[in-house]
Amino acid sequence: MSAAPLPLSPRFRYGAPLDVAEIDTGPMPTTAPATTRLPADWRDFLSLTKPRVMSLVVFTGLCGLLAAPGSINPILGFTAVLCIAIGAGGAAALNQWWEADIDAGMKRTSRRPLPQGRLNRTDARDFGIMLSVGSVLVMGLAIHWLAAAILAVSILYYAVVYTIWLKPRTPQNIVIGGGAGAFPPLIGWIAVTGHITPMPLLLFAIIFFWTPPHFWALALFVQTDYAKVGIPMLPVVAGEAATRRQILLYSIVLLPLSLTPWWIGGTGLIYGLSALVLSGLFLVQALPVAFRRKSGDDDRMKPEKRLFGYSILYLFILFGALVADRLILGGGLSL
Amino acid sequence: MTPDEEREYKARRRSRNIALGLTLAGFVLLFYLITIARLGG
Repeated sequence: MSAAPLPLSPRFRYGAPLDVAEIDTGPMPTTAPATTRLPADWRDFLSLTKPRVMSLVVFTGLCGLLAAPGSINPILGFTAVLCIAIGAGGAAALNQWWEADIDAGMKRTSRRPLPQGRLNRTDARDFGIMLSVGSVLVMGLAIHWLAAAILAVSILYYAVVYTIWLKPRTPQNIVIGGGAGAFPPLIGWIAVTGHITPMPLLLFAIIFFWTPPHFWALALFVQTDYAKVGIPMLPVVAGEAATRRQILLYSIVLLPLSLTPWWIGGTGLIYGLSALVLSGLFLVQALPVAFRRKSGDDDRMKPEKRLFGYSILYLFILFGALVADRLILGGGLSL
Repeated sequence: MTPDEEREYKARRRSRNIALGLTLAGFVLLFYLITIARLGG
């Protein structure tokens, strides 16, 4: 049993900025001199954009665009989703540029191009800035500037507010910083309508409240990595028991929140019933995570892994149902 | 630089140039289509 908080790196000071240079990165190298003379492979630049995370960003952005009342020229719609994807890729590159030393100390991230020395750190930063600025400019010129402004906010939110400011300082980093991942459907929706209404804000809120249980489920089974590099993830700082309680609380809130678009008449029955079933199942998956304790070092953390896997499926199906509702039933009111 | 390293260097440079060229060509096409879409709208 290990409900107590894991010890942080002795150099970590709660509430103080993390000096990445102080992190003990163990035996893994932060540079690989043998390969630094060679130009980076294009696949390394691609992996800087975190393509797997981008797939969820593209999907929710596309769903926001398709579920919005009104229509958009398919070319412009494609451009809007492309800008959301490139913006997310730019923010991810800036994240990896800033966290290269931290990534080197974690098993999950140690094989990324920067910790492996396959890419120059300055190149990664410039690549991130180029993608970020380019995506905002194209969004503004091709779609409109409100969508571009929100895209810019989402990039700054992830790269600065989350990565640089909150992540090394507070165990609530995921709660606030997770908002960065909630922007894509909002941007997609606004690309069509041109203005902010309650419905896209609700979609934002759903992803905002979905992120903590999704990420903390992951953090529960990779927490030793976070402790090693001094990142104050909730399981590291507050302990497993507190994290499990928080997962349950957010899962409870997610149920009525996911139904709100239907309650206010913004969607039809396809979405409403899907949200009820999916969020109910989310809660069912969160219960065993909330009321169990790790049984030892050989605990395979199956409920936590199951919740993490289901949470990804949840978001895909929920947003898929939102689009199906709009396309089949014509959706609800233009909220 | 050994012959092997030089070969690797050239291969990477070539693949990066191809990737960059394709990206630029994609953007040229995209901006053309955006222009047509905006003019049509």
